[in-house]
Amino acid sequence: MNSVTLPVAFAALLVVAAIVGIPSYPLHIMIVILIWAFTYTGWSLMGRFGLVSLGHGAFMGLGAYATALLWNYAGMTPWLGIPIALALAALLAVIVGYPCFKFRITGHYFALVTLALTEVVRQTVIATRDHTGGSLGFTPTPRGNDDTPSIVALQFQDKETWFLIAVAVWLVGLLIWRAVDRSMVRHALDAVSEDEDSAAAAGINVTWEKLKITVLSAVMTAFGGAMYVQYQLFVAPDTVSGIGISLQIVFAVVAGGVFTQFGPTFGAIITLLLAELLRIYIGTDAVGLDNAIYGVALVLFIVFLPKGILGSIEDAVRRRLDRQVRSSATSGA
Amino acid sequence: MLAVEHLFKRFGGFTAVSDVSFHVEQGEILGLIGPNGSGKSTIFNMLAGAFAPTAGSIRFEGRELAGLMPHRIVHMGIGRTFQIPRPFRRLSILENAALAGYYGQEHVTRTEAWEAAEEALEMVGLPTDPRAETSSLGAAGLKKLELAKALATKPRLLLADESLGGLDDSEMDQAADMLGKIRAEKGITVIWVEHIMGVLMRVVDRVMVLDHGEKISEGSPSEVANDPRVIEVYLGTDTIDTGAAADA
Ligand SMILES: Nc1ncnc2c1ncn2[C@@H]1O[C@H](COP(=O)(O)OP(=O)(O)OP(=O)(O)O)[C@@H](O)[C@H]1O
Ligand SMILES: [Mg+2]
Repeated sequence: MNSVTLPVAFAALLVVAAIVGIPSYPLHIMIVILIWAFTYTGWSLMGRFGLVSLGHGAFMGLGAYATALLWNYAGMTPWLGIPIALALAALLAVIVGYPCFKFRITGHYFALVTLALTEVVRQTVIATRDHTGGSLGFTPTPRGNDDTPSIVALQFQDKETWFLIAVAVWLVGLLIWRAVDRSMVRHALDAVSEDEDSAAAAGINVTWEKLKITVLSAVMTAFGGAMYVQYQLFVAPDTVSGIGISLQIVFAVVAGGVFTQFGPTFGAIITLLLAELLRIYIGTDAVGLDNAIYGVALVLFIVFLPKGILGSIEDAVRRRLDRQVRSSATSGA
Repeated sequence: MLAVEHLFKRFGGFTAVSDVSFHVEQGEILGLIGPNGSGKSTIFNMLAGAFAPTAGSIRFEGRELAGLMPHRIVHMGIGRTFQIPRPFRRLSILENAALAGYYGQEHVTRTEAWEAAEEALEMVGLPTDPRAETSSLGAAGLKKLELAKALATKPRLLLADESLGGLDDSEMDQAADMLGKIRAEKGITVIWVEHIMGVLMRVVDRVMVLDHGEKISEGSPSEVANDPRVIEVYLGTDTIDTGAAADA
């Protein structure tokens, strides 16, 4: 199931659907799901190797705010602003990751360090409210009807354009996932997650390998943040950064399945539908309720369904196929 | 090839290795023996970069090793096994060796890494079938996999920590033959750690004996077996083997 053809086929199907015409609201939901799915895929690249970050909200927030701030205050097109934001995210990942990996801060301790990180970013946004709008949020200046073309501002009125962008971004995320899955890096990081000393004795530069995947994951997450702010044209600390979002990312990936290509996408569908349902049926009183649900559900998943929903279904299908192959082999013999 | 001088390792106030100096010549097999807790594995860990020495120098082919990261030392041509096997359970047997082949050598292609892995597995007598899992291996098989992982990195010096009980006499003999073969066929220099003299005496060129972190004897197997200090350390144990003495 983890190949190129399936993601490409899905993407093509989505594009056809968009051309045929999807009403605005479902289209919006799908765009958001695809962007989140990309971000979750970025997280899963680390998570699958036991590098559990509870701080990816930091990278997402950095990607979103840096892009939007550069646009508003420096008039910089996102085509430049996003690469700068990604570079900053990479730098932040190195600053936090390097000491952790060098001094062997792993497991729960690593999770705690990253948890602190995401709060630092959220608090920074709030503290610099004169520029960032603090907890009230921040709106990238609309491009107006002047001479700035949409493409330069990376702002598009029609949802169809955004949908195509989101499909492309999502597809790239799946292909990155696949490239990692097929590389020696995956074996190396599997080995590292099991036994760092033994991995080092096999010649693996443990710190470097962990740092590389962390930077890749952080950069992808920051890109997800940048896409989010460009699409929504609004960002607030609580929607892209802080503990709530970081937990949502972990929950979504764990629920969807951390070891499968479509697991994070599945997680994005679940979390988004959950948030929408709560919003529609319970309304604004429920703000924060989704985070509480994520927290509880996360515990349940880790205990009862560690491979996630999609991962468990895939396992079940594989077992069934194995049985069929075996029984046909015995009946053939 | 390897020159170790005045090596010390302290853990808090406890001195695990105390002023140990020795050298290893290209192409020889050096036996390193000593009772439990005498500092054998600690010396290996320092040679392999897992522990930084408290003091002393380790020069390999003229280059100082003290302070280098373990993976750098592997790249310089030193492979090590762990006393208690540490396989990667999530990988197959072949993938375990291939990983070491890929990361343990600099500038290799995947194909070359896989070839190194197959060669290493054949050398130690493990299956090269990509589907063979580590869960199918017993104690002796896991020891072999440790060796195969080290060999796949194409070392010039092999640090083999074999001092684990759980192997019967024929398995011990096999292990001894294997190290002899590794030296003969690949020209790899070996330091072989054991608790007991036993089968080791048959294969090694020289033996060094540790006790309480200090070197108490060094020489040919027969010299060491007849050294009163060694006999004293091993007195009352039946681990001193007669094979070497009989050879003498
Ligand atoms: N990381 C460590 N921290 C503290 N003490 C240690 C550490 N590693 C080893 N030691 C101590 O150093 C001493 C030497 O241990 P070492 O493992 O080198 O012995 P050994 O000769 O390999 O013994 P064995 O034959 O049982 O394997 C022991 O007393 C051990 O408890
Ligand atoms: Mg030992």
